[in-house]
Amino acid sequence: MAIKLHVNGAVREVDAPDDMPLLWVLRDLLQLSGTKYGCGMAQCGACTVHLDGQPVRACVTPVATVGARKVTTIEGLSPDGSHPVQQAWAEVDVVQCGYCQSGQIMTAVALLAKRPDPTDADIDAALSGNICRCGTYVRVREAVHVAARLQRGGK
Amino acid sequence: MTISRRGFLAGAAAGTAGLVVSFYVPGAARAAAMTPTPASPTPNAFLRIGSDDSVTVVLAHAEMGQGIWTGLAMLIAEELDCDWAKVRSEHAPAAPVYGFPGMGLQMTGGSSSTNGEFDRYRTVGATAKAMLLRAAAARWKTSPAKLTAQNGVIAFGGKTLRYGEVAAAAMALPPPKSVTLKEPKAWRLIGTAVRRLDTPEKITGRAQFGIDVAFPGLRTAVVLRPPAFGATLQSFDGSDALTIPGVEQVVKTANGVAVIAAHFWAAKLGRDAVRATWSTPEGGGVSTAALLASFRDLAEREGAVVATTGDLKPTLAGAARTLDATYEVPYLAHAPMEPLNCTVKIDGDRCEIWTGTQFPTVDQGAAAAILGTTPDKVTIHTPFLGGGFGRRGNPASDFVAEAVTVAKAAGVPVKVIWTREDDVRGGYYRPAYVHRVRVGVDAAGAPAAWHHVVVGQSILVGTPFEKFAVHNGVDATSVEGIADSPYLEHTAAKHVSLHSPRTPITVLWWRSVGHTHTAFAMESMIDELAHAAGQDPLAYRLALLAGKPRFARALETAAKEAGWSTPPPAGRARGLAVHEAFGSIVAEVAEVSIEDGRIKVHAVTAAVDCGTAVNPLGIEAQVQGAIAFGLTAALHGKLTIEGGAVVESNFHDYPMLRMFEMPAIRVHVLASDAPMGGIGEPATPPVAPAVANAVFALTRQRLRTLPLRLAPEAR
Repeated sequence: MAIKLHVNGAVREVDAPDDMPLLWVLRDLLQLSGTKYGCGMAQCGACTVHLDGQPVRACVTPVATVGARKVTTIEGLSPDGSHPVQQAWAEVDVVQCGYCQSGQIMTAVALLAKRPDPTDADIDAALSGNICRCGTYVRVREAVHVAARLQRGGK
Repeated sequence: MTISRRGFLAGAAAGTAGLVVSFYVPGAARAAAMTPTPASPTPNAFLRIGSDDSVTVVLAHAEMGQGIWTGLAMLIAEELDCDWAKVRSEHAPAAPVYGFPGMGLQMTGGSSSTNGEFDRYRTVGATAKAMLLRAAAARWKTSPAKLTAQNGVIAFGGKTLRYGEVAAAAMALPPPKSVTLKEPKAWRLIGTAVRRLDTPEKITGRAQFGIDVAFPGLRTAVVLRPPAFGATLQSFDGSDALTIPGVEQVVKTANGVAVIAAHFWAAKLGRDAVRATWSTPEGGGVSTAALLASFRDLAEREGAVVATTGDLKPTLAGAARTLDATYEVPYLAHAPMEPLNCTVKIDGDRCEIWTGTQFPTVDQGAAAAILGTTPDKVTIHTPFLGGGFGRRGNPASDFVAEAVTVAKAAGVPVKVIWTREDDVRGGYYRPAYVHRVRVGVDAAGAPAAWHHVVVGQSILVGTPFEKFAVHNGVDATSVEGIADSPYLEHTAAKHVSLHSPRTPITVLWWRSVGHTHTAFAMESMIDELAHAAGQDPLAYRLALLAGKPRFARALETAAKEAGWSTPPPAGRARGLAVHEAFGSIVAEVAEVSIEDGRIKVHAVTAAVDCGTAVNPLGIEAQVQGAIAFGLTAALHGKLTIEGGAVVESNFHDYPMLRMFEMPAIRVHVLASDAPMGGIGEPATPPVAPAVANAVFALTRQRLRTLPLRLAPEAR
């Protein structure tokens, strides 16, 4: 059935069954492939997107439950990679294979919105739902601190 | 250093203005038997310089996180003296010209991309620079020797030309017969910390992985595979699947059923709705519990001789003391974050494949065989790999061959996507191993007799690599790091043997291959010997390593930086290990405590001797990542098979290391003039024994089985 979604600032209409996960609507119907499939059961965080700024696992979010909430994906974070979290990721040279990083970044953005100056414990708590098989965790942690500084206007 | 050319080609690639450099090095033809076809007509170049000054480096290897997208480009840029800001990388297609020097096969693995390409890629850069200088010299009617070049600009007597301005003219020139590479002291890029070139696309979601491939008409398939090793498909009924909106076809594969649909979700629901009957595997199916028991029995008997020195029995009998230990490791899945996938488009006798592969040559041959065509008609596009760790380099080409079969049966272009459950249960595992070790020590506690029986499945038997690495019944990758251990240099009597039982379980290399288990056995046993001798584990090791300065320096550095000589914080203890793999030596000190009955790893300090360090920033990342990979195995990794079926299925029961478990990691890259080793894998092997040794220091519990599990009383 036709479902209206607010994605990255635009209204999109998709023809999808109610129970189709938002992840596959984004990837297969809206061609927004930056959000990744990793486990399909909210275990790995690769599919993390924001609904009204809250991080959710798109792989277990039926599209019909999204409603009027605004969906933000990695593609909607900035047009050019200039979001402070993306800048921090580049500065710290975080990525390896890169597959999980959309999810890591979306989770970090949501954390910083809630806690502008997170401790290591805050970071561990927020990001332990995001698995990185390459083991970039040390640099993810560092990059979140750098992003916090950038968001405060520091250098 | 002077490198002479052979089979040099310079020519225009289709649609590209500027200079195109392709280069064959001697030795590429040595393993010609593994090269399925002569040079294909694909643009076989390693470097393009555009009239806009862009420098595009074509990678013969795949970027799967290890950083060659940047590192191999650095090698060319170093000699080319171009503007680094103009450098971009791209993956080569599958073609014989990209065969690995000395092997012929186009592949990514064995921590070999940087050291294996160090000469070839620098030579390409130096050759291109020489041609650009000659083109500029011709323009200015002077000698190339009078010109200088830096940052992509050629200068002479106050005049300048950008590389892009002479690239087209340079292309028309014959390549030089030989080039002289820079001396290391002249390097400006190699040895410096360079940030990754693939970051912009990987932080914006623009990076294309295999799973992201999309084009009009492409369908998605999800496959029902055997529920157990040894089960074969008897019959299936896809009628329920076909009622699901979006499902278009249900087709048979070699030993399974594929559901083809408009998108993944429909294909997955359709796959789950297929009703299939399977044969019961012989004997009710393999089980890991029974297998491990049989491995333990085998370990009591001699296997194929790996190495033997001295007279074992009398030396053991005359030892001051003997110690016995049995170490065990389980089957493990690779679990790259990007589940396996492969896209296939067949057009007559031609075929295009998009997949994240470590083995394009092998996959090309497998696809051609299925389609009854020749490998040159199979084009392989390699997007970024969302992790590989060995799983994407399969001599059996399992995920590629299956996708070709599905596309052929369906008659439409198809992207086969594995679910996470398919990936965890889909076979090709790090094999389980049992090591039985008996050591006789002398009065000083040093090993005088070392008896070691290894039991575990061979990875290489039955593959094209068998002829290179399996001799007299011994798969070298099953025992690497034992007989050649630096600790056993002065051990008078050594006897190492190997059993390679065959089982229905399909196995494959997994980040650091045999070292994943041999380092655990060797470094645990050495630690046991140190404690038995009442000696400090560092001092005991250093005494044995007296003639091995690289090992000793790595150990001493890691120990010093970890504060080995000072007591750890209350409630914590440290353990260490050092191991050589893929030509690099890595020492690690782990600091652990027990929290809530679980092993908590607080810090790992690593010292790395990998010879020339091309990109220290990338090396640090690989060491951090390899330690995380090894910690997942040390603390969590275990696959259980019952009745032929894998019990675990997803990250809830096959857990990965998570952020809260990640220790602080300090990496010390040692300045070294040793031959360049690899870096993707060598930091994985030492971490499990370092943690186990730390747990012993803390609890006096010697944990000899991975994953490490504390006895209830110590929790």
